[in-house]
Amino acid sequence: MGGVEAPADAPHARHEGQHTPVFVGPRRAQLDELFTRYPTKRAALLPALWMVQHDRGWVSEAALAEVAEVLELTPAYVKGVVTFYTMYHQHPVGKHFIQVCTTSPCAVCGAEDVRDAFLRHTGCEELGVTSPDGKYTVIEVECLGACGFATPVMINEQFVESVTPEKVPDILAGLT
Amino acid sequence: MGYPHKPHDRETTVLSKYFGDAEAITLAGWKQRGGYAALEKALGMSPAEIVAVVKESGLRGRGGAGFPTGVKWSFMKLDDGKPHYLCCNADESEPGTFKDREIMRWTPHALIEGCAIGAYAIGAETCYIYIRGEFTEPIMRVEAALAEAYAAGILGTNAMGTGKTINIYVHRGAGAYICGEETALMNSIEGRRGNPRIKPPFPAVAGVFGQPTTINNVETLAAVPHIINNGGAWYKTFGRADNPRSTGTKLFSVCGNVQRPGNYEVPLGFPFKDFLYDLCGGPLPGRRFKAIIPGGISVPIQTVDEAEASLMDYEGFVEQGTMLGSGGVIVIDDAQNLVKQIARAARFFAHESCAQCTQCREGTSWTTRILERIVAGDGTAEDLDTLVDIADNMTGKTICVLSDSCAVPVMSGLQKFRGDFEALIKKKTVHMVPAVA
Repeated sequence: MGGVEAPADAPHARHEGQHTPVFVGPRRAQLDELFTRYPTKRAALLPALWMVQHDRGWVSEAALAEVAEVLELTPAYVKGVVTFYTMYHQHPVGKHFIQVCTTSPCAVCGAEDVRDAFLRHTGCEELGVTSPDGKYTVIEVECLGACGFATPVMINEQFVESVTPEKVPDILAGLT
Repeated sequence: MGYPHKPHDRETTVLSKYFGDAEAITLAGWKQRGGYAALEKALGMSPAEIVAVVKESGLRGRGGAGFPTGVKWSFMKLDDGKPHYLCCNADESEPGTFKDREIMRWTPHALIEGCAIGAYAIGAETCYIYIRGEFTEPIMRVEAALAEAYAAGILGTNAMGTGKTINIYVHRGAGAYICGEETALMNSIEGRRGNPRIKPPFPAVAGVFGQPTTINNVETLAAVPHIINNGGAWYKTFGRADNPRSTGTKLFSVCGNVQRPGNYEVPLGFPFKDFLYDLCGGPLPGRRFKAIIPGGISVPIQTVDEAEASLMDYEGFVEQGTMLGSGGVIVIDDAQNLVKQIARAARFFAHESCAQCTQCREGTSWTTRILERIVAGDGTAEDLDTLVDIADNMTGKTICVLSDSCAVPVMSGLQKFRGDFEALIKKKTVHMVPAVA
């Protein structure tokens, strides 16, 4: 809970319109269960943000305010936490969020070429910029903790190990 | 079993015995392999007896600092009337290290058993396993194993029918290297930014939620059931006879320019030369090793001569100018531009600085910019002095050691491979000589 979950059925919201509350029904029940795990409500903040990102694809200002409300925190406090952690998206990203590890152990094994292959084959061209069709966002990530399987790439919640530039077209073709 | 390749004859597989064995992942499979016998035994002992066995074993923290585990546990005052907490550090984010990931993927119940024993030994009813956010598969494996353990009555308010309460929860991180620092980890569990805290107070006095807390690494806790089952004296038999300060087996993660990257488990004190050439297969075809970083990117870089003379334990690596650290061995060969890799390491630290302390926030960034300038061919001879000056100001002056860690590859690189830096700077000077008319 507040951990890793199967992908959401509904397509992620692309723009911030009317905010539909996240913490209703089963999600609210899950949040209430989370509260039993910690002596403070604040401690449920990281898992609550994971729930938001899972359901909505990113953490919008409105969702951030809702999290603040349910955890009895201020929006400014929640924003301070959201901006500290690199995995929370503060804006919508492509359907396939691709993180290529380029830290030293992978860099000595050619990770930069893998990164460039993803940029080229997705049409993103630039790190952090979503492709025109909305399908892909490619970023560099600092050490995925799978250095013996250079180059590891994380696509949404999935790890792909031992990626070389030659494998990139097939990996992209396999994404649904 | 082995993963990703079969164990080498010279490995001693205690923790990694079931890596790659899918049946060991489940509760039924784990019990068939002797699982939870140690927890049952431990719950029949007093906390003080458990601490004594772990002290006797000589087990030291496997996350990097190497603090004696039994001593750390003994800091928790059982009769203080306060809630105690155990935090398992599964943030594994030190570049070069990927051992805890395999423990959690293949033997999640080994970790849970170690956590349960540890929690009982320090008088904690709650344990949080803090797993880095990117480790989706380990998170799912540990969550599934926890569900099995709760359903079987191993955990909960009547753990193994003893009436004792042991709750274990996974807390997922969200992308921050610094949350592997124990006080930052506690802040992250509390729902705060992962800024390290000033010590003292130490966690055993005021840790997570302001209560007495112990933080142990995954590999440390996974070793505990073996020690309970076989005794402290048994654990001490692993290691070299002339160094009683380093005992037991250790997982080493190997990556970079080497024939067989992966995890290897050897007794502490194993000869590093044999490890690199025999177990890991040596350099790639036609290549030679240039530099070795044996304990994750935060420890000093070794020359090949130093590495080949090293014995793989806490003291052995110190004798050869570096540290055991987390056991993440990064191998760099002669095809690499070493200065570029040091610059990349500095960029990592600049990205991961929490920015609380000026020396770190500014120093990591300055260091990165200067190194990248040198790599780009725009360096000057003064840059090397500036790097040393900055590194000096980044060492021993901040709340945590991230700042020091950034200075380490720069300083050790300059000490041992200065020629590589000078060659890049010289190249630029030659380039700038105006053509003679």
